[in-house]
Amino acid sequence: MSKATPRIRTIKVPYLARVEGEGGLFVKLKGDQVTDVKLKIFEPPRLFEAFLRGRHLTEIPDIVARICGICPVAYQMSAVHAIERAMGVTVDPAIRLLRRLFYCGEWIESHALHVFMLHAPDFLGYPDAIQMARDHRALVEQGLRLKKAGNRIVTLLGGREIHPVSVAVGGFYRVPTENELAVLGDDLKRALDESVAAVRLVAAFEFPDFEQDYEFVALSHPLEYPFNEGRLVSNKGLDIDVADYENHFAERQVAHSNALHSLLHGSGSYLVGPLARFNLNFSRLPDVAQQVARECGLAVPCRNPFRSIVVRAVEMVFAFWEALRVLREYRQPASSRAEVPDRAGAGCAATEAPRGTLYHRYEIDDGGLVRLAKIVPPTSQNQKRIEDDLWRFVSQLASRPNEEVTWKCEQAVRNYDPCISCATHFLQLHVERG
Amino acid sequence: MNSKGRAKPRIAVFKFASCDGCQLSLLDAEDELLGVADAVDLVYFPEVSRRMLKGRYDIGLVEGSITTHHDAERIQQVRRQCRKLITIGACATAGGIQALRNWQEVDEFVRAVYATPQYISTLRLSTPIAEHVPVDFELRGCPINKRQLIELISATLAGRKPNIPTYSVCMECKRQGNVCIAVAQGVPCLGPVTHAGCGALCPTFNRGCYGCYGPMESPNTGSLSSQFRILGQSDQQIGRAFRGFNAWAWQFRKASEECDQS
Repeated sequence: MSKATPRIRTIKVPYLARVEGEGGLFVKLKGDQVTDVKLKIFEPPRLFEAFLRGRHLTEIPDIVARICGICPVAYQMSAVHAIERAMGVTVDPAIRLLRRLFYCGEWIESHALHVFMLHAPDFLGYPDAIQMARDHRALVEQGLRLKKAGNRIVTLLGGREIHPVSVAVGGFYRVPTENELAVLGDDLKRALDESVAAVRLVAAFEFPDFEQDYEFVALSHPLEYPFNEGRLVSNKGLDIDVADYENHFAERQVAHSNALHSLLHGSGSYLVGPLARFNLNFSRLPDVAQQVARECGLAVPCRNPFRSIVVRAVEMVFAFWEALRVLREYRQPASSRAEVPDRAGAGCAATEAPRGTLYHRYEIDDGGLVRLAKIVPPTSQNQKRIEDDLWRFVSQLASRPNEEVTWKCEQAVRNYDPCISCATHFLQLHVERG
Repeated sequence: MNSKGRAKPRIAVFKFASCDGCQLSLLDAEDELLGVADAVDLVYFPEVSRRMLKGRYDIGLVEGSITTHHDAERIQQVRRQCRKLITIGACATAGGIQALRNWQEVDEFVRAVYATPQYISTLRLSTPIAEHVPVDFELRGCPINKRQLIELISATLAGRKPNIPTYSVCMECKRQGNVCIAVAQGVPCLGPVTHAGCGALCPTFNRGCYGCYGPMESPNTGSLSSQFRILGQSDQQIGRAFRGFNAWAWQFRKASEECDQS
């Protein structure tokens, strides 16, 4: 590479690695001035909202799971809550507990995957976790053990890690006995300790000096760290019932992305996901998670997106603690699911997917068939925010060589653990004959 | 390259329209992953690594279906780069759930065109990889079974036939010791026509099989449809049952289209 800095530089990452789905990155600099940033999403649209129409409400949890192989439980949870609201169905408290446990499993496997396999290699300077394992085998093995503990929960409750089969509108097709759940106990206790160690480990990484004045958006529940219930709140005054979601958030299509950008009225981009949940719900974390967060210097609010890796590790501590709580409190319900009538109705729900708030709304006709489906995944909400981060982050790096800027930009995108497969399924459609 | 002399087999993982779940299955094999990574060289696996080496590859694992012009061209390049090409999962093998678009009315497409026609392009059909290029093995499932994936990679590298049975879910269900949910409870179950591989999960979880592994070797879908009618299912319901994650697999396609006509 020549020494002189060219007047106009472009940073291109044609295919972003270590994210779920297909996206690229395009940054243009004029001198040290950033003139363009685009997170390009070329993942082909799969048009779920279109073909959900006409399907029976009992089929929805299985179909929407296929939007994302990494967070199928999140799609199932938002779907069943929205449909239950539409049908006026209330579930047994034991079902509510099991759903929290199910979500614990998914957060753990998803966060462990991201922290150890997808994000940590950036901090330690490796192209991937497999190369990293040559020098840091114990670290990678620790990550895989934690991930496996999460997968074990999902598999026990749902039959398999990916696209579990047990979730039904109204409850589960089959619920475990107390004894079946109890076998997870020893594994989870060990994993809880190991997750605390994981927080300390990733907190010792080096973080770029980069803070932004974010609008954090997450569910918030008075008594618990949020999974399936709560009001939608932000640090800048948003406090709404989920039913009002579409009055406050709007989706916009942009030319360079197959995923819609979601914007919060009045203030534009916002951030969902672990960092938002942590900042808005810190006091609802169990002591063990609060303590290790404080010990590692994570103050609320944390505005450095690179530290999201530490926050994910803290959320794993919470999830193991919460899973153990469910194991203690669970009593097998008399019936595994509530009856769901075939009747017309409309309902929406938001739950906290590993990557942030996931909104679903359905309109059902009197035969129980879907008339309309709307789904807003976390990554389409974060898309604009990722670009905003890059505008500012790249200006800080402008004097560095291209190769370094490229890798740092990729790392900045991975702060959000973007799930591009999720983000692109909700589009209007243009047909080419062929 | 392997320092011990012989080069390790080079493996690549490609993604088309899909949910990422099947390639994630490899990462979900937590106990085997580092062993696999020692035995082979994962030279192109963008979900895992920013190191993306050029072909040729000894094995190409392909996830996802073809839904755009660009991808229809890309799969040709992928095929040229791979000695063995293996499709993983229902999208790559049967077109996936997104193949439900294949029955949508043209009108509906056209109406949608005018929203934002200039930005997005997609083909009218979602099609499996084998409709575009020759495929050496199709691994079924939505998602695939990670044990079968590891067996398939090992067998391919050893040059032997993989031990992946083509009989129906019923065989696995019997082996699980389940009481038949269709016979005992009258629950519609696609088990008799569905390819084995999941371990009969759904009946074990007290529900009918919904066919996520696609058609078994020689499915008698007509007979099963008749049985569903005896259980009180309407043609609309039976059509929907076959029109799921493997809707475009010809045996299931035929079965669902028969319900449209009657």
